[in-house]
Amino acid sequence: MRDVGFGYQGQAELLSDMNLSLQAGMFHFLTGPSGAGKTTLLRLCYGDLMPSSGRMNLFGEEPRSLDRDAVADLRRRVGVVHQDPQFLDHLPVAENIALPLTIAGEPVDLQAMRDLLGWVQLQNHARALPPSLSGGERQRAALARAVILSPDVVLADEPTGNLDWEMSMRLMQLLIELNKSGKTVLVATHDLNLIRATKAQVTARVLRISGGTLHLAGADL
Amino acid sequence: MGNDRRTLNPIALWRGLFGSEVNGSDRIVPPTGFTAQLTLFSAGAMAFLAVFALALAMATGRLAERWSSDLAGAVTVRVSAPAGEQEARVQSALQILRTTPGVGQPRQLPPEELAALLEPWFGPDMPVDALPMPALIDLPVESADFDPEGLRLRLEAEAPGSVLDDHTEWRRPLISAAKRLKFLGIVSLILIAAASAAMITLAAKAALAANGQVIRVLRLIGARDLTIATAFVRRFTRRAAAGASVGTAAGMLGIAILPSAEQAGGFLTGLGFQGLGWLVPLTIPLIAAAVGFFATRWAALKMLEAVR
Repeated sequence: MRDVGFGYQGQAELLSDMNLSLQAGMFHFLTGPSGAGKTTLLRLCYGDLMPSSGRMNLFGEEPRSLDRDAVADLRRRVGVVHQDPQFLDHLPVAENIALPLTIAGEPVDLQAMRDLLGWVQLQNHARALPPSLSGGERQRAALARAVILSPDVVLADEPTGNLDWEMSMRLMQLLIELNKSGKTVLVATHDLNLIRATKAQVTARVLRISGGTLHLAGADL
Repeated sequence: MGNDRRTLNPIALWRGLFGSEVNGSDRIVPPTGFTAQLTLFSAGAMAFLAVFALALAMATGRLAERWSSDLAGAVTVRVSAPAGEQEARVQSALQILRTTPGVGQPRQLPPEELAALLEPWFGPDMPVDALPMPALIDLPVESADFDPEGLRLRLEAEAPGSVLDDHTEWRRPLISAAKRLKFLGIVSLILIAAASAAMITLAAKAALAANGQVIRVLRLIGARDLTIATAFVRRFTRRAAAGASVGTAAGMLGIAILPSAEQAGGFLTGLGFQGLGWLVPLTIPLIAAAVGFFATRWAALKMLEAVR
């Protein structure tokens, strides 16, 4: 994104002159105080919001020039994990994880699904309904759903916000593994300890958002 | 994109109704008991009413046609004269009628047929012979060469007391009434289809509003509007078809057990279907499915387009 600005309707501009380029295959952190605009920036990154000024380039496309179908297609190339992930509560966990395949009209490879469930350690919860999962299990299920279409980029918005330290590190471990397999990862968090612990295992760029602008902030962590 | 667009054509509609679900894609919509029952019930009730409206339209159409063809195919000549002169005047009238172009052989109604015509008014034991009855001559019309006005003038001049009755006076309002009834039947069918579409649209909107979380999740993972809409469309199309099938079957059964024309007798000449006409109401479930398909699709896409 270049010189991107954004403000919610009827409110002052929240983000201004944002310049951000995610480096392919790199692990990124986006940090900053609550209300600084981390979630807004992530939503801009997967086409859920459109900038009010500046230029965006998502996989070579300017999202504002795309129609609704093209924006939906673009979202399939971005895996997103939220702090409070939402599921279809009437479908078992395995079907929820396979949902991106279902809506893309692609067949579900049962062995690949078993491997994925094993990777996020939910093999025993495949038939459980989402409301019966714990917070950590919901986050891991959301991560599995986010990566099932093998997206180029994985965005995580405060994924550990509701988890204890042990669960947080388990989830970060999965994100590190994804990054090591070549995925570009961007994690928004205000937890500096989490950033430090992750940086001990993987090279990461840390971007700080404050006052509506973005700075590179790796050196002080 | 191709996968989504397939859902728009009639083959996709057929598959949506009878085929297996592709990848379980319409399981993404949770089962909703209330809207399901509402749609099933309203589709069934509307189909039931549609069967009767259809039967009315078809029966009145047949009635109008029959009155038109039967009555236009014959005229009657009434000969009134003092008792001593009647036979001579009847013979004069018959002579004229035999030489009239475009008609068949004239036939004077015998006394027993005259008595039968009067029986509904005077009862079976009335001595008709004692009444000063006019003679009636039945004249079949066989071609367009027949000129009723010319015949009327000829009878007036050459056979005084003979009056031509081509039934126009009382036939016209009857045919007009039958045609209006047929029109009302068709209007009823259109109203039933429109009311069904409105009810299905409301039920679909309620289902969409109740599934806001489902829609948010689907959008997040890259579902297109049409993909989301299709999941709802399939469900409502099937419900509309299922409800309408039951309603149509009940309506057809109701029509089938109506008294037959012979049993009811007289003027009621069979409200219902005849022959291949019984196949026509079988199109009601298909039409209901199409109404459900388009109403839900319109409602879903309109609602989804309102949110980014």
